Amino acid sequence: MQPTDVSDPRYFHKVVDCQWACPAHTNIPEYIRLIAQGRFTESYMLNRKSNVFPGILGRTCDRPCEPACRRGRVDGKPVAICRLKRVAADYRDDVTPYLPTAPTQKNGKRVALIGAGPASLTVANDLVPLGYHVTIFEKLDRPGGLMRTNIPSFRLPAKVLDEECGYIINMGVDIRYSTPVASLKKLLDDGGFDAVFVGSGAPRGKNLDVPGRYDSDKIFIGIDWLESIHFGHTTKVEPTVLIIGVGNTAMDCCRSAKRLGATSVKVIGRKPRKYFKASPWELEDAEEEKVDILEDLSPVRFVYEDGKLSGMEFERFKSVEKDGKLRQEKIDNIILPADVVVLAIGQENAFPWIERDIGLEFKDNMPVVDKATFMSTRPGVFFGGDAAWGPENIIWAVEHGHQAAISIHNHCQGVAVTDRPKQGQNLSSTKMGLHEWSYSNDYSGAARAKMEHVDLTKRLTSLTMEVELGFSIEQTKAEVERCLNCDIQTGFVTKACIECDACIDVCPMDCLTITKNGEEPELRTRLLAPAKNQKQELFLSFDLKQTGRVMVKDEDVCLHCGLCAERCPTHAWDMVKFELFHPHAGEKQSCSK
Amino acid sequence: MTYIAKPKVHHPSLQKNAIGLTRRDYEGAMSTLCAGCGHDSVTGALIHAFWELDLEPHRVAKLSGIGCSSKTPTYFLKNAHGFNSVHGRMPSIATGANAANQDLTYIGISGDGDSLSIGLGQLCHIIRRNVNMLYVLENNGVYGLTKGQFSASADRGSLAKRGEANPFEAIDGAMLALTLGATFVARSFSGDKEQLVPILKAGLKHKGFAFVDVISPCVTFNDHDGSTKSYAHTREHLHEVDDVDFVPLRKEISLPADAGSTPEVRLHDGSVIRFRRIDGNYDPTDKDRAYSYLRERAKSGEVVTGLLYVSPDSLDLHDNNKTVKKPLTEVPYEELVPGAATLAKLQKRYR
Ligand SMILES: Cc1cc2nc3c(=O)[nH]c(=O)nc-3n(C[C@H](O)[C@H](O)[C@H](O)COP(=O)(O)OP(=O)(O)OC[C@H]3O[C@@H](n4cnc5c(N)ncnc54)[C@H](O)[C@@H]3O)c2cc1C
Ligand SMILES: Cc1ncc(C[n+]2csc(CCOP(=O)(O)OP(=O)(O)O)c2C)c(N)n1
Ligand code: SF4
Ligand code: SF4
Ligand code: SF4
Ligand SMILES: [Mg+2]
Repeated sequence: MQPTDVSDPRYFHKVVDCQWACPAHTNIPEYIRLIAQGRFTESYMLNRKSNVFPGILGRTCDRPCEPACRRGRVDGKPVAICRLKRVAADYRDDVTPYLPTAPTQKNGKRVALIGAGPASLTVANDLVPLGYHVTIFEKLDRPGGLMRTNIPSFRLPAKVLDEECGYIINMGVDIRYSTPVASLKKLLDDGGFDAVFVGSGAPRGKNLDVPGRYDSDKIFIGIDWLESIHFGHTTKVEPTVLIIGVGNTAMDCCRSAKRLGATSVKVIGRKPRKYFKASPWELEDAEEEKVDILEDLSPVRFVYEDGKLSGMEFERFKSVEKDGKLRQEKIDNIILPADVVVLAIGQENAFPWIERDIGLEFKDNMPVVDKATFMSTRPGVFFGGDAAWGPENIIWAVEHGHQAAISIHNHCQGVAVTDRPKQGQNLSSTKMGLHEWSYSNDYSGAARAKMEHVDLTKRLTSLTMEVELGFSIEQTKAEVERCLNCDIQTGFVTKACIECDACIDVCPMDCLTITKNGEEPELRTRLLAPAKNQKQELFLSFDLKQTGRVMVKDEDVCLHCGLCAERCPTHAWDMVKFELFHPHAGEKQSCSK
Repeated sequence: MTYIAKPKVHHPSLQKNAIGLTRRDYEGAMSTLCAGCGHDSVTGALIHAFWELDLEPHRVAKLSGIGCSSKTPTYFLKNAHGFNSVHGRMPSIATGANAANQDLTYIGISGDGDSLSIGLGQLCHIIRRNVNMLYVLENNGVYGLTKGQFSASADRGSLAKRGEANPFEAIDGAMLALTLGATFVARSFSGDKEQLVPILKAGLKHKGFAFVDVISPCVTFNDHDGSTKSYAHTREHLHEVDDVDFVPLRKEISLPADAGSTPEVRLHDGSVIRFRRIDGNYDPTDKDRAYSYLRERAKSGEVVTGLLYVSPDSLDLHDNNKTVKKPLTEVPYEELVPGAATLAKLQKRYR
């Protein structure tokens, strides 16, 4: 194996599992440490720099960081990264003095953003401070996109949304509400914009065309139904409700139904539970509210009695998994009663307002968009968020926005969109004294904090009462200490090592081995603890001075406790803080090693 | 030394031994020695050895004298018995303990100062009596605990940290042990666990006095250029005579392909020590050859390591004294203290 090149920021970045998994590469361990120090405002601002909507995301993020979190491999439960983000938002002071502002001197370039969802808002957030004149065209009379109209207020209070959308819009975005763009051609021809960003989302809910679909007005499309609840057009629902689909939309539909007066709510999945799209915690939240979640049922037809919708017929399956493949055998057909059926089986893109003859190529009804630059085949027209490649989530929409903003900036400044600022890193020792570090290196055995919820009967009386209470200060104090500080890296200087074995003996997780070099697959089997998690890297030193062997570290379950560095007599090991520089529009490489 | 304790968590694949314990269960308190001290590595090797032998920690007695080395029993087998004796006097405590209870596994940890300076007389007698124990001499050539004065094992001409040379000849513990009739003599290096762990295991299973001289550098006072007990000097002058493999009884003994050239020594409990010869025809059962070989190599400045000598049919203190074959605590009181009448009878025999 070759010695590890730690001058490439990707090596240490990958060690910070959460940050690596976060689409926006939020500096999670640093924001958790700031919370630990009670510096909530700074923690909020650090979050905001990457993910723009800490208050919103601290409640709603799909949290790809948590399944990746190293702590999960150490004691089974990841750090409650997402809800700690909410802690930073909940306990922050007034952040307005620290928010970006628009310069008085504009740069003369005009950019149009279509839709006021998280993707467009992020583009505005990045471009307005650089002097751009940014115009947002929004179909509805309020900002936020699906975060506003589809995510129910009992998960995401309107106040939080208003505040965080406001931080961007109030910089001086020229936002035109109730102004749908009906023709992209016209906007491009007559608008006088230097660049256009399409952040219009994936606005169409999928239909289920089975017999009886059009014979009742009690059959709804999930995202439309949620929108009509948001706008107050739907204020109550009949007692028995079936939700078809087991994604996140279905979870919001069933929980909304409960609040609109339904007494029996069933969510229907075609496959067994482990294949459901909804996050485990959303399924749990729904079940806590006495929603039944049924599996192995496939819709056949709507059932009517005296011309009135009375239920739905399903094929019932038995599922067996063989060689990792799911097989479903039909058992029989059953009918479940229903007064109302909501179809929540997914979303599609629709671009009826984009002409197909304007040099903007489509393939399978989707625009052709470059994965790195977010530019369509028509120079100057960019896509991001759900509009680019179909429905994703908020944090992806945000990162798309950041990347598209870089491209738009380049495009407007006459730089190739492919000429992008590079990632960099900053490394600094955390050593404060003989065995003192500038971070809390002692391992805490605390169990993951449990989010408290509003009492069940109370919460079901209101569509807007937020269910989650947030973490208390006591919970926060315990939870922050669970973070392993994975950004505090074990830096190794080969020439200082005297091969005394001290680090190896002290390491609680058997991460370290001094051995003969070899090919990686074989080397992985020869370590003190076999390195079976192939997704985690091995660090390899240069040849050691005294014996020519190498120091190998399996990054997999390192606690970043610093004991190796404390035990090292020659400071060959040091605990080194890694900061990723992940550039946004207008930012130059600010630091190297 | 560190401020935090070693966290209780461990690697998900950490194995259990035959008695259901992990290696971590054989640890002790957090070491307070200097970072990088060879003694900590010896502790690490002992933890491996005890774990691999499936020994029950509460059936082990740890004894030591005074010194950094003698502090280390605190850092392994926290559930074992322990006795920290006066400087250089561990052998007499160990002899007494072993005389009273031969059912425990005894491990003595000492230093070159503790064993070869102040405690030399004690060491000689415990060797002579062949007390059944593993005796580990953690040899760094200095009195570490008292800030690095030369000890009796310091080589002539070796330089102290401040630069002055040692004017006296060194006492070589291994050669001393051979002369005094030790039944198991080995030398190893704290920086080579692959060699040290099997030697420690064999020593623990040897019936009789197993003397292991472990070169164990003092990073703080004796790891500089000019020192003959530094990590670098030891590695440069190491001369391995044989590669030891310890095969415990419960494992099936399969002969290697080159069995003819692989001498074996069967221990009293049926376990086997197998050697892979590195140096020509070195024979660890030939005491006279071993002695002259060590002298020869020492002259050329080499540090000979490996299992240097083992006597397969060693008779220990109890065998020689024909003492009762069980711990005194298990001997019924009437037998142990047979009363004044029996004593009078006994005394009469000597009149
Ligand atoms: C029920 C539901 C629950 C969800 N829950 C979560 C969650 O908990 N966490 C999470 O991360 N994600 C969630 N998502 C997904 C998330 O909301 C979206 O991925 C995200 O909002 C996409 O952002 P966007 O900016 O691309 O588009 P959108 O948020 O869809 O915003 C698009 C905006 O463009 C406007 N628009 C559309 N066409 C035009 C036009 N022609 N002219 C002008 N304006 C137009 C729309 O009115 C809308 O305001 C959920 C989605 C749904 C449906
Ligand atoms: C009777 C007595 N004399 C002297 C001392 C002082 N003393 C403490 S440790 C030590 C030397 C220890 O040297 P060594 O056994 O080599 O142990 P190391 O610290 O090198 O491991 C001495 C002389 C003492 N504690 N007791
Ligand atoms: S332990 Fe902390 S730094 Fe490490 S992955 Fe989890 S949240 Fe991130
Ligand atoms: S920081 Fe060092 S001692 Fe701690 S777990 Fe990681 S490698 Fe082991
Ligand atoms: S003084 Fe020397 S022997 Fe003592 S603990 Fe420090 S390094 Fe080890
Ligand atoms: Mg010493």
